[in-house]
Amino acid sequence: MTGKQTDKILLAHGGGGQLSDDLIRKVFLPKLGNDTLAELGDSAKLDLDSGSICFTTDSYVVKPLFFNGGDIGKLAVCGTINDLAVAGARPAALSLALIIETGFEIALLEKILDSIAAEAKKCNVNIVTGDTKTVEVGAVDGIFINTAGVGVRLEGVELGMDKIAVGDKVIINGTIGDHGMTIISAREDIQFQSELKSDCASLAGLTCQLLETVEGIKFMRDPTRGGLAVTLNDVARASGFSVEINENDLPIDPMVQAAADVLGFDILNIANEGKFITVVSADKAEQCLKICQSHPLGKDANIIGEIVETTDVPMVELKTKIGGKRIVQMPYGRELPRIC
Amino acid sequence: MLERIHKAQVLMDNTCKDFGRQINIMEVCGTHTVSIFRSGIRPTLPDGLKLLSGPGCPVCVTDQSYIDIILQIADDKDCLIATYGDMIRVPGKGGSLEKKQPGNNIKIVLSSEDALQLARENPDKTVVFVAVGFETTAPATAVAVKEAAAENIENFCVLSGHKLVVPAMRLLLGEKNHNIDAFLCPGHVSVIIGSGAYLEIAEEFNRPCVVAGFEPMQIIEGLAEVCRLLSQEKAQVTSIYSAVVTEKGNQKALGIIDECFEAADGYWRGIGKIEKSTLKLREKYSKFDAFKRFGITETPVEDTTGCRCGEVLCGLIEPQECELFGASCSPENPVGPCMVSSEGTCSAWFKYGRKKNRS
Repeated sequence: MTGKQTDKILLAHGGGGQLSDDLIRKVFLPKLGNDTLAELGDSAKLDLDSGSICFTTDSYVVKPLFFNGGDIGKLAVCGTINDLAVAGARPAALSLALIIETGFEIALLEKILDSIAAEAKKCNVNIVTGDTKTVEVGAVDGIFINTAGVGVRLEGVELGMDKIAVGDKVIINGTIGDHGMTIISAREDIQFQSELKSDCASLAGLTCQLLETVEGIKFMRDPTRGGLAVTLNDVARASGFSVEINENDLPIDPMVQAAADVLGFDILNIANEGKFITVVSADKAEQCLKICQSHPLGKDANIIGEIVETTDVPMVELKTKIGGKRIVQMPYGRELPRIC
Repeated sequence: MLERIHKAQVLMDNTCKDFGRQINIMEVCGTHTVSIFRSGIRPTLPDGLKLLSGPGCPVCVTDQSYIDIILQIADDKDCLIATYGDMIRVPGKGGSLEKKQPGNNIKIVLSSEDALQLARENPDKTVVFVAVGFETTAPATAVAVKEAAAENIENFCVLSGHKLVVPAMRLLLGEKNHNIDAFLCPGHVSVIIGSGAYLEIAEEFNRPCVVAGFEPMQIIEGLAEVCRLLSQEKAQVTSIYSAVVTEKGNQKALGIIDECFEAADGYWRGIGKIEKSTLKLREKYSKFDAFKRFGITETPVEDTTGCRCGEVLCGLIEPQECELFGASCSPENPVGPCMVSSEGTCSAWFKYGRKKNRS
């Protein structure tokens, strides 16, 4: 702990003086410590064994900070690792920047850091550099986190929307909407028969295995905010082809579906944090599926649709359970619970 | 399931062939509209069967002046506005609640009970519950009012915009749209009011009414049931949702509505005044009546935006016939209420139906 003076974050914890130093040495380093971070230099020096790296950043402002299946810390590690993973890279290192509201409990901060450390360790990735800022009450909601990540691109792997062709299959590694509905239900304080659980997970293990084993993978993306609807619409727009998915083939947890129905949400628009789609040539789809299904993060994987010729404008269409068809539009951006 | 769908489709096909003209069935409720689009039912229907989306989305039929009243109350920083989520984007004359959000006195709630709780937790604020919805949400509002009275929670009041389904159906058939051949009636409202509530429609206007739930299969079989009644020329009320809908409805819920509210003439967006179509708080609960507390009356304003939501709600035009649809009016930037609510007809057409689905 930071001494007996305080168990809450003060403005001075971000001021660069003694309290900042205490926080770094007594809270951050013991939890996140590794040789690179321990140098506490202005920049981390990394020795990477590749000429081609991927580099990404993301900020995390989730509310509530703790939810079933994860917390803001785990999310901040998984989210950035997943962005590297679906780009065809093996994550190598992360940065961690925190903006903390004055009065935030240090015990909660430690809990979040434990979670960050555990997830980073699981993924064999170090937090190599970081920053902490503190702001007055009300300037942030508890704590905001930014992580950036670098990863080494797997040799010979070239992913891109431009590789997508008609006939390619679309695979997802499991049930959709779990994270979003967990967060919304927690936020709205809605109880369901069994507790919903976020799918928050780091996907690099599975994506690397797929990319190293299967040739013919064209594209990967994690359908986070806006859910599958956004990701598939992105695929349609950028590739110029249409995407046809089958409602019967979509893996959906019945409890998550029920939660979405109660609030009037379209499950296709709901966020995921441990899912990715793979677009792969038809002849390699089964091989991909088998690899996914034998991995803990892909046991509910399924081929959900395929890339088809565009007849009008590039669009995403859903073949429904009753044999009908409808367009899956790009969602507005904020789902509102309905009245009845 | 596919067998049942096939059977229903054959029945619908045969009826359409025998009828010799287009059959127009109105699904009254927005939840039906959305389910019909989401499950892709429209393209599977025979050419001679046309679905008209009715005025059964509570957000869509809320008059612009009601929104303006909420906006006006929201200016008072001693008030907390408690509203269902999909009301916040509906444009009034002076913007929408969403645009007011920075004021931070607008709270999204999921029930009247949440609104009452907000009042308990904020004794120094007056909590105004934006009470909209049909007979489905009215009992919950009534319960909250009774609780507030019992606990003497004086900083709670209700801006009742509750509406009744059957008077609107009467107006449609009587004045607005004579082309409606039959109604597909909403499951959840019917749980409260009972299938018997539609008898007057069937008998007086000679139109079949079929109550159905919201699962795609229920809707398809409900439409097939409408076709069966039409082909046999039976203007009856039937329910294929009989597991939960009784003829007399939920007497307890109806009782509590009656205890707290009385029917009053009211304004429906785009449609105008409908007699005895809204619920206002009875005199004995008048201290919880936000209209009275703030001394405000609802004065309808002429919509000058060119929005044709009113005609859409009456089943007179389809959304694409409105010049604003998809041009200046979209879910990102709605002009009319049918584009705002997730259950609105224009929104459903925009999200699920553009380009390929035929009408």
